[in-house]
Amino acid sequence: MKGRVMSNRIICYHSLMPVLEVKNLTKEYADVKAVSDVSFKVERGEILGLLGPNGAGKTTTINMILGVLEPTSGLVTIAEHDVAKERRIALSKTNFAAVYAQLPSNLTVYQCLRVFGLLYSVPNLAVRIDEVMEEFDLERFSSTKIGVLSSGEQTRVSLAKAMLNAPSLLLLDEPTASLDPSTARDVRERIRGYALAGKGGILWTSHNMHEVVEVCDRVLFLSHGEVLLEGDPKALPAQHEKKDLEELFIAVAREPLSLTE
Amino acid sequence: MNFSPAYAIFLRYWYLLVSTPQRFVQIFIWSTFDIVLWGFVTKYLGTFGISGFNFTALLLGSLIFWQFITRIQQGFIMVFLEDSWTRNFINIFASPMTIVEYLSGIVASSLATSAMAIIFGAVVASLLFGLWFPPFVVPFLVFAVILSLFAITLGMISSAIVLRLGPTAEWFAWPIPAVIQPIVGVFYPVSVLPAWAQTIAKLMPPSYIFENLRAVLAGREILWGDLGIAFALSAVYIACAAFLFARTYSWALRTGAISRFGSESF
Repeated sequence: MKGRVMSNRIICYHSLMPVLEVKNLTKEYADVKAVSDVSFKVERGEILGLLGPNGAGKTTTINMILGVLEPTSGLVTIAEHDVAKERRIALSKTNFAAVYAQLPSNLTVYQCLRVFGLLYSVPNLAVRIDEVMEEFDLERFSSTKIGVLSSGEQTRVSLAKAMLNAPSLLLLDEPTASLDPSTARDVRERIRGYALAGKGGILWTSHNMHEVVEVCDRVLFLSHGEVLLEGDPKALPAQHEKKDLEELFIAVAREPLSLTE
Repeated sequence: MNFSPAYAIFLRYWYLLVSTPQRFVQIFIWSTFDIVLWGFVTKYLGTFGISGFNFTALLLGSLIFWQFITRIQQGFIMVFLEDSWTRNFINIFASPMTIVEYLSGIVASSLATSAMAIIFGAVVASLLFGLWFPPFVVPFLVFAVILSLFAITLGMISSAIVLRLGPTAEWFAWPIPAVIQPIVGVFYPVSVLPAWAQTIAKLMPPSYIFENLRAVLAGREILWGDLGIAFALSAVYIACAAFLFARTYSWALRTGAISRFGSESF
């Protein structure tokens, strides 16, 4: 509760400029509308959960925010920079870690962080690499190739890479999926601390609803490429007469129409 | 242009080279075997040759410069495909790097490995077959610059093909130099080709280079006008290849090919 209050206070303090603004975002393939007219914002200091069943359009939305997929229409601005028109500045203010975006397995942890630090033109890179390696307990793996690390250790490297440029917007796609409960809690606290300190806003996707309730300030449910529900993850289930967020998630996946009526 | 992302692309491949002996050795191994094989073949042929005509210098010189082209083209595709093989495409293309910086990094990387290969090849040819290239260093540098431009063009076209058709299309990309080789007169004058092939050869910058290489090694004058044509053609082709790659990249962003590159679903 204390955390929530703190979080809200910081959100208010930093809410003059959203770190992410998505306006009427649409992506159409030949005869399929993968994402349809999606709009939302992420404020600095806020963690927004992007939820939905497989195929709901989460990854398509994230790919458009990351600039690796061109929207059919709509606008994505990161820290007030249009990704389509000011790609370099917009993308320099974001970073991400996703289970489907593996880091090069044939580089060592240090080499990988150096390469990505240069890609993001991180100032004082050597110092920053030391900081993120310490933060994610990676110092002893500095000279170890990423491919031989456990999946949990690889996730920590991905998170360290995602934090290298101290992004205003951090996109995390199931960041704790392969971590043991203790490390997962630790990672959640660090990421939450990052948001609470007002360093950036976070867009978080997860299928672990307990985690979402614990971490996210607000959630957005996508279904068939459209925003179906939006609200506080603690209050939203009751508003729709569901026991908890997991039950609400299942309803979104199985009978989305019942929730819009 | 920001040099930091371009250096990142260069460094990413350099790390792989220096940390994996088999990658480092492959820069030299096949070209050395070729030089040794062709060195002995031409030495033998030289015993039947016309006096004053140095088969070994002619063929080995041509071979080394041809390897220079293939190494740059293959080096280019290797750097490009490395991120496909390690499923790192999204991480790379979701960074603030521009496409010019990306291509610059690949070019720097492929030129560096090719320069190492050509220098090593020249040293091996000198040690084993007594060839001495330093008197030709100025024309050879001009040849190398023009061939580099053409090889980078091939690298960009090859990578654009792979980006457009998916990872399995790498098998179209690797043999591109082998398809071009017979037409550009690497080991024989373009005049021995049929008329239609000679017309194509005139559009290929390497054909002018290899004609001039033979002239230089035979003690004849360099045809600077031909080198000018070769340079102009190379400049036009590299601009077209860059445009093709940029268009293919835009297509990949529009269709989502970047984000699902490994799936071969486009």
